[in-house]
Amino acid sequence: MNHIVSVLVENKAGVLAKISGLFSRRGYNIESLAVGPTDDEKISRITLSVNAEEHSIEQIIKQLYKLINVIKIQELNPSNIVERELILIKVNADSKTRPEILEIVTVFRANIVDVAKKTIMIEITGNSRKVKGLEELLRPFGILELVRTGKIACSRGSKS
Amino acid sequence: MGKITGAQMIIKCLKEEGVEVIFGYPGGKVIPLYDALFDSDIRHILVRHEQGAAHAADGYARVTGKTGVCIATSGPGATNLITGIANAYMDSIPMVAITGQVGTAQIGTDAFQEADITGIAAPITKHNYLVKNVEDLPRVIKEAFRIASTGRPGPVLIDIPVDITTDLIDENFKVDISLPGYKPTLKGNLKQIKQAAKKIAESRKPVIFAGGGVISSGASDILRKFVKVAKIPVITSLLGMGSFPETDQLSLKMAGMHGTKYANLAFTEADLIIAVGVRFDDRVTGKLSEFAPDADVIHIDIDPAEIGKNIKVLIPIVGDAKIVLADLKSEYEEYIEKKGIHNRDQWLSRIKKLKEDYPLKYDRNSNKVKPAYVVEKIYELTKGDAIICTEVGQNQMWAAQFYKFTKPRTLVSSGGLGTMGFGLPASIGAKIGRPDKTVIDIAGDGSIQMVSQELSTAVTNKINIKIMLLNNGYLGMVRQWQQIFFKKRYSHTCIYNSVDFVKLVEAYGGVGFRVKKKEEVENTIKKALEINNVVLVDFCIDREENVYPMVAPGSPISEMLESEMLEGV
Ligand SMILES: Cc1ncc(C[n+]2csc(CCOP(=O)(O)OP(=O)(O)O)c2C)c(N)n1
Ligand SMILES: [Mg+2]
Repeated sequence: MNHIVSVLVENKAGVLAKISGLFSRRGYNIESLAVGPTDDEKISRITLSVNAEEHSIEQIIKQLYKLINVIKIQELNPSNIVERELILIKVNADSKTRPEILEIVTVFRANIVDVAKKTIMIEITGNSRKVKGLEELLRPFGILELVRTGKIACSRGSKS
Repeated sequence: MGKITGAQMIIKCLKEEGVEVIFGYPGGKVIPLYDALFDSDIRHILVRHEQGAAHAADGYARVTGKTGVCIATSGPGATNLITGIANAYMDSIPMVAITGQVGTAQIGTDAFQEADITGIAAPITKHNYLVKNVEDLPRVIKEAFRIASTGRPGPVLIDIPVDITTDLIDENFKVDISLPGYKPTLKGNLKQIKQAAKKIAESRKPVIFAGGGVISSGASDILRKFVKVAKIPVITSLLGMGSFPETDQLSLKMAGMHGTKYANLAFTEADLIIAVGVRFDDRVTGKLSEFAPDADVIHIDIDPAEIGKNIKVLIPIVGDAKIVLADLKSEYEEYIEKKGIHNRDQWLSRIKKLKEDYPLKYDRNSNKVKPAYVVEKIYELTKGDAIICTEVGQNQMWAAQFYKFTKPRTLVSSGGLGTMGFGLPASIGAKIGRPDKTVIDIAGDGSIQMVSQELSTAVTNKINIKIMLLNNGYLGMVRQWQQIFFKKRYSHTCIYNSVDFVKLVEAYGGVGFRVKKKEEVENTIKKALEINNVVLVDFCIDREENVYPMVAPGSPISEMLESEMLEGV
C-alpha cells in the first residue's frame, strides 16, 4: 500500500543522507521524495511516498523517529489531503500534431511553457492520477523528456 | 576573555563532562588535540590498534555506566575504530568517539588520509557530527554526551577537521544544546502499566525476560524487589546476565541458542512474558513462529522501535526500565491487595523440576581439562565477585553458562555483533573503570590473536587483567557447527600451535602459565589471581569439546541438541 509520510527535520547538512541511508539499510523503498525548507528556515519538510505493509510503515516511522535530527513525523491520511506533483514534459510537436496536443493541454488545464520548432514543453501540476493521465495521452506523440518532482501533500482543514 | 585553541576547548569540554580516561592513538590530524591533552590531567591510555581503543572505551562504559571515550586520527585511524563502534551500537553502549579529519578546505578532495567517516559510521552510530566551525565544538560535545548516555544509549561520533582544532575561540564560549527532535520517553504510560499489572496477576505461568536494558538503566535493584513480591522466574539474555542473581531459585539463567534447557522450556510453556530491555534477538528466539507459542507479551523498552519489531506484543510500555518497573511494582501490589492473584505454586514447582531435571552439564569425571571445569573453578576462586569479560565463540558460551553472575555490570561480552577480539581490550577498559575488582578475560585462542598486541597496552600501563585462555587449537564454535552441520569437514578452523601463548605474554612483560592437567587448574588460577601483573593462563582444554545445549539455527528453542545425542557424530 502507498503511504505518504511527512517528516519535519532540522535543516542541517547530512540530514537527507541520514534519512535515505536509513531506508536503504533497513530494506525499505522510497517511491518519491521531496525536500524543502518550511516557513521556519531552521526546519525542512521531507515528504516521502513509500510502498509498504501496515506493519512496515509503523517500523519505518519508529526508526525515523530515532534519527536525532527528525523533529516530527506525520503519516497523512490519503482521503483527506491535497496531494501534488509537478511534471515537465517535452513532447514532439510539428504543425500537424500541435493542435491536437494543445487541445489535450487545455482539457488537463496544463500549461505550455516552451515552444520550439519541433517540440513543445508542457507543465502540469496535480495528483498522480491526473499527471499519469496526461502522460498516457501524450505518449503517442513521442515524449522526449519527462522530469518530475516528488510528491508533496498537505492535510485538509485546520489540523496541521 | 582569553582565547584558546579548538583542541584546548575539546579537552575543556571533555573535563566538563566528567571524562577521566580516554583510550586512543595519535596521528597527523589529531596532533593538536594530543598536544592539548598533554597538558591535561585526563588519563590517556595509548592502545596498540584503534579497534582496541573503541573496545576498551566500551568495556569501561559497561562496568561503570559512564560514557566511554576514544580518539583516533583521520582515515585509517578512524576506520580502525569502526568494528568497535559497531559493537557498541549493537549492544547499546554509551560511547563518544572523536576522530581527526583533514582540514575543512580539503574535505571532499580525497586528501591524504581522508575518509568520509561520518558517512561510513552513520549506520552504526546513534548520531554523528562533522564539526565545521570551532564555535560549534562546545555545543556538539555536550550534545554528543547527552545523546550517547540517555534514552537508549549508543555511540556518537564527532569528526573534527584539523583546522578546527587550531582555530581560536573565547575560552568561556558557550552555546546551549539544541536537540528539538530528541526526547526519550522515560515514564511509562500508567494505563498500560495498570493493564500489565492486572495481566501479570492473572497469569498462571509468567516469566520475566530481562535484558541489557535492565542493566543500563540501573533497574536490577527494582527488578529484584519486584520479583520478591511477584515470585516470577527470571530468564535473561546474554547482556542481561547479572541483572538478577543467578544463585536465586527463580533464576533460569540465559535462554536461546546455548541457553539453559530449563529457560528454553520455561519460555515454551509460559503463558506470559514480561520482557524488559530486550530486543528478542534471533539467537534468543530461535524459530520465531514457534517461540513461546502460548505466551502473551508485555514489552517494556525505552526504544519504541524495538516493541513489535520481532514479535507480537499485547501490552507495549515505552519507558525507562527502572522507572517503569517501579511503577509496575506499586500497581501490581495495589492490584493484588484488592483482587489477589492466581495461585502459582504449580508453575513454581514446575520451574523447580525443570531446573532439577535439566541442569547444565559436562563430563565431570573426565580427567581432561574441561572448559566448563575451568570456568567453575574461576567462579569458586573469585567467589563470584569478579568482572568477567569474554571473547566470542565457545569460550563466551562456557563463561556465560558456568559462571554464576549475581551483580549487574559484571559480565562484559559482545552480544549483538559477536566480535572476536573484544574481550582483551574490553577487559583493559573494565579494569581501568573498576580497579578495585578482579577483571578476567575468558578468552579463545582465535579471538585473542585478533588483538594480542593489546597485551602491551595492559602490561605497560600496569592494568593487571587476568586472561584465562580456553585454548582448543580451533576456531571452536565454527568447528562445532562444521561437526554438526557439515559432516565434520573442518575447513580452515584448525589453528593448532598458532603461537606459544606463554612466551607471547612473557615477551610483552607479563606472566604466563600453561595448564595441561586437570589437577593443575585450581592452583594455577589461584597463582594467577595473586600475581601483581598481567597474567595469561593457557589452558590446553579438551580440543573437541562442544557447547550444549544447542538450538540448531532455524529450529524452535524447545528443540535442543544435547551432548549425549551427538556422541559419535
Ligand atoms: C571478527 C570475527 N570474525 C569471525 C567471527 C566468526 N566466529 C565466531 S566464533 C569463531 C571462533 C572463535 O574461535 P576462538 O576464539 O578460538 O573461540 P572458541 O570458539 O574456540 O572458544 C569465529 C571464527 C567472529 N565472530 N568475529
Ligand atoms: Mg579456540
